[in-house]
Amino acid sequence: MHLARAVVRYGFQFRDVLAAWELFVEGLLVTLTLSVAAFAGGLALGVLGAAIRTYGPGWAKFLVSSYVAVVRNTPLLVQLFVIFFGLPALGIRLDSMTAAIIALIFNLGAYTVEIVRAGFESIPEGQLEAGRALGLSGPQIFRHVVLFQSMRSMVPALSSQFIFFMLGTAAVSQIAVTDLFHTASLVQSRTFRDFEVYIVIAGIYLVLAQVMRLVFAGGYRLAFGGRS
Amino acid sequence: MPVVEINNIVKRFGSNTVLDDVSLSVDRGEVITVLGRSGSGKSTMLRCINGLEPIQGGSIRVDGVEVNDPACDLRVLRQNVGIVFQSFNLFPHLSVCDNITLAPRIVQRQAREHSRDLARGVLRQVGLEDKLDAFPNSLSGGQKQRVAIARSLAMHPKVMLFDEVTSALDPELTGEVLKVLEGVAAAGMTMILVTHEIGFARRFGSRVVFMHHGKVHEIGPAAETLANPQTAEFAAFLSAVLH
Repeated sequence: MHLARAVVRYGFQFRDVLAAWELFVEGLLVTLTLSVAAFAGGLALGVLGAAIRTYGPGWAKFLVSSYVAVVRNTPLLVQLFVIFFGLPALGIRLDSMTAAIIALIFNLGAYTVEIVRAGFESIPEGQLEAGRALGLSGPQIFRHVVLFQSMRSMVPALSSQFIFFMLGTAAVSQIAVTDLFHTASLVQSRTFRDFEVYIVIAGIYLVLAQVMRLVFAGGYRLAFGGRS
Repeated sequence: MPVVEINNIVKRFGSNTVLDDVSLSVDRGEVITVLGRSGSGKSTMLRCINGLEPIQGGSIRVDGVEVNDPACDLRVLRQNVGIVFQSFNLFPHLSVCDNITLAPRIVQRQAREHSRDLARGVLRQVGLEDKLDAFPNSLSGGQKQRVAIARSLAMHPKVMLFDEVTSALDPELTGEVLKVLEGVAAAGMTMILVTHEIGFARRFGSRVVFMHHGKVHEIGPAAETLANPQTAEFAAFLSAVLH
């Protein structure tokens, strides 16, 4: 009852907040750009890393496992700061957007390695043998037998990982990338309606995540639909 | 000249000798059935012929090409040696047509339009022309195995190896696969079959090989040898299988 009374007394006012919709759209576009770039780069890095971890020589497997261990056991925020604030000490100066994209790809790639590797390992030995027996080369077996076949089992896990990751991109606001989350503090400083601003932001993330879910599910049906 | 010539091969897995001084020569058009208890080395011998398993001694020649010569291009060899597995090993993400034409297209570089005709042709041979665009999971076990045979036929191999191809099937489905094998044999294909189908061996086999403890224990013309086994082990095996 106290809470209800407090809500009434607070008196939500969304008008000023929503008047800044253009800022939200700009922020949303930045978040989308970052996410899509990280999905593409992270997937490529993940497939490459998984291929090395599954079929590569020992030393390369070790390199990939180390990369995965480092990334998965440190906060994304720390990785961002190392790249954005640390690298300039070596003379590598990146603008915040570039640093963010690099850090995100680096981060998502490590999680993707593990998912893709599990997919590769789920392919029975008999499939590889059938490929060999037909005279396919190693790379041909990888592409035509392993990769396409395992994608199917990977997509559900990858799409959850990607959506979870998209929500985590909010961390880039800490290096002054004007993503959706960063927009919130801009609008907040104009309107002083903190509660409303973060409710709106939460709503936008929610919708974005649901739309991505639909896109992934649609893509899955398009690629694998009709085959059980 | 024999199509397959196995000379005194030795195959070990660690300290376990699986094939011990095995020799076998197979002429063009012969249908060899290989019998034996599990663990006798019969499947391993088959897998050595197309280089899926390396050997530690002796030599194998297929169509005059030395399999275990490091200079031997296994990919070329395998286009001449088809193998069909007990567990079919069809590619579940590809249609029947794509299963059959994958290797002809990417290994033998055939055009897609031509390869579809090829698939239709080999499917007709196994009686499944209507399944061209089906996916493996929609097929019965017998149909899957017939598609696997068609996939192997599409490479136009010089010899085909069959590794217990009916062992995962119930009797009715076994019958439909054996019928296809008969057809392949009748078309003049050189075949080596590891099987427990004694009836098939008797009717369609040119020779039968009985393997025991990693050696060729008995070998001879199919019908006679099956009717009059010369060794106690083969006699015991046959009576166990037939009862």
